[in-house]
Amino acid sequence: MASAVFLRAAVALTGRFPALAGIDLIVAPGETLVLQGPNGAGKTSVLRACAGLLPITGGDAVVLGHDLRRNPSAVRRQVGMLGHAAALYDELSVVENVRFAVRAAGGGVDGIDAALDRLGLTGRLRRTTVARLSAGQRRRVALAVLMARRPALWLLDEPHAALDAEARALLGAVITESVAHGSTVLLASHEPEASLPLADRVVSLAGGRVVDERSLSRPVSAVMAAEAETTSRPFVVGDVHVA
Amino acid sequence: MWRDALLVAGKDLRIEMRSRVVLNQVAPFAIVVLVLFAFALGPDRTPMVQGAAGLFWVAVLFAAVLAVQRSFALEANDGTRDGLRLSGLDPAGIFLGKAAAVAAQLIVLEVLLAAGVVLFYGAHVRSYGAVVAACAAGTAGLAAVGTLYGALAAGVRVRETLLPFLLLPVVAPVLLAGTRAWQAALGTGPGGDTAGPWLSLLLVFAAVYLSLGVVIFGSLQESG
Repeated sequence: MASAVFLRAAVALTGRFPALAGIDLIVAPGETLVLQGPNGAGKTSVLRACAGLLPITGGDAVVLGHDLRRNPSAVRRQVGMLGHAAALYDELSVVENVRFAVRAAGGGVDGIDAALDRLGLTGRLRRTTVARLSAGQRRRVALAVLMARRPALWLLDEPHAALDAEARALLGAVITESVAHGSTVLLASHEPEASLPLADRVVSLAGGRVVDERSLSRPVSAVMAAEAETTSRPFVVGDVHVA
Repeated sequence: MWRDALLVAGKDLRIEMRSRVVLNQVAPFAIVVLVLFAFALGPDRTPMVQGAAGLFWVAVLFAAVLAVQRSFALEANDGTRDGLRLSGLDPAGIFLGKAAAVAAQLIVLEVLLAAGVVLFYGAHVRSYGAVVAACAAGTAGLAAVGTLYGALAAGVRVRETLLPFLLLPVVAPVLLAGTRAWQAALGTGPGGDTAGPWLSLLLVFAAVYLSLGVVIFGSLQESG
């Protein structure tokens, strides 16, 4: 089966700086991959490159069968990206933003109501302009766009940021459902306690390259304990198992 | 392409109807420009009538710069520019949609400014057809070239000051041809001058920049 993401010695520049310095990364269809690493390691650059937003200048890069070096924009309708910004128009309402994004991506509007309901964006909130929403609510709207679009590849950059505990749990459920429906997920995160329970595999980046890679077939608690030793970050160790 | 253009134009116009930036800020600005010109020309009506056509188009150009800046400011907030790129919309459709929304706003501004020229300057229209035709062709050209240069400046940090610097020299043909067409329509131009050739120039300008925008907008969008 062809890879959902295939990067071999891929190089991408932001100005003169190599954001990706010959990275090798293969992601199988239906896999959930968590990208870790310090600030500037290249996590966001990997996601932007996979979305066709960051030009690949060297090596090979094929995402969902599209050669990113030849035609980086061809893949865009098949990927959904949740970045640091929510990409919403302040003056439009919640439902207008979701409807525009879904129609722009060539999708049907059938799934919009279900997505909004699923994320708790119901009643008057749907008609509220986005400018009036909190950061967490904006994040939910952006997630509703992804749900309604049903992309084949989800690119999530710190998706847990600004979300409360309930929304984080909901995000986890939404990601699990999308994978169950055949989507592939790349998730960049600084929060192992939130992201590792979702992961099939963890890849650590530094300097725009992969420096470590682990499959998660052991209890997440053990993985997180190892993470705690390397990062010295305190967190509650759970007892969740990942297949 | 046309479906994408309608989608983008609808979105931009809906946002304008909500925010009313063009109606509440750009339109008063354009009217103030007309009034200030009237003050500068003094109480004598003759220079105002003689200069009415040119002053109308200068006010339209200033208003067009603001309308284009507003159009691209919408795509500068909260990652919406990347959102638009990621949507997979046809770049030619985005260009035509944004240009159509700018043109719709300019038409409203031109109606207000035309009323201002008649009220403040005492201009008399002899050929309404030429006035409307000049406005339609000039608006299409301004919206097209404005959207093109708006995209060019969009990725630059100093876009607010760069856009007028880039755009105003390029739209000199619209100022010239629009003014001469209006002078012919108002009867204030050189003797024997007709609007026809100037309308043709406006149409050619619009056609060139609409075609150019459809072809190169995608590259501008990606390079910013």
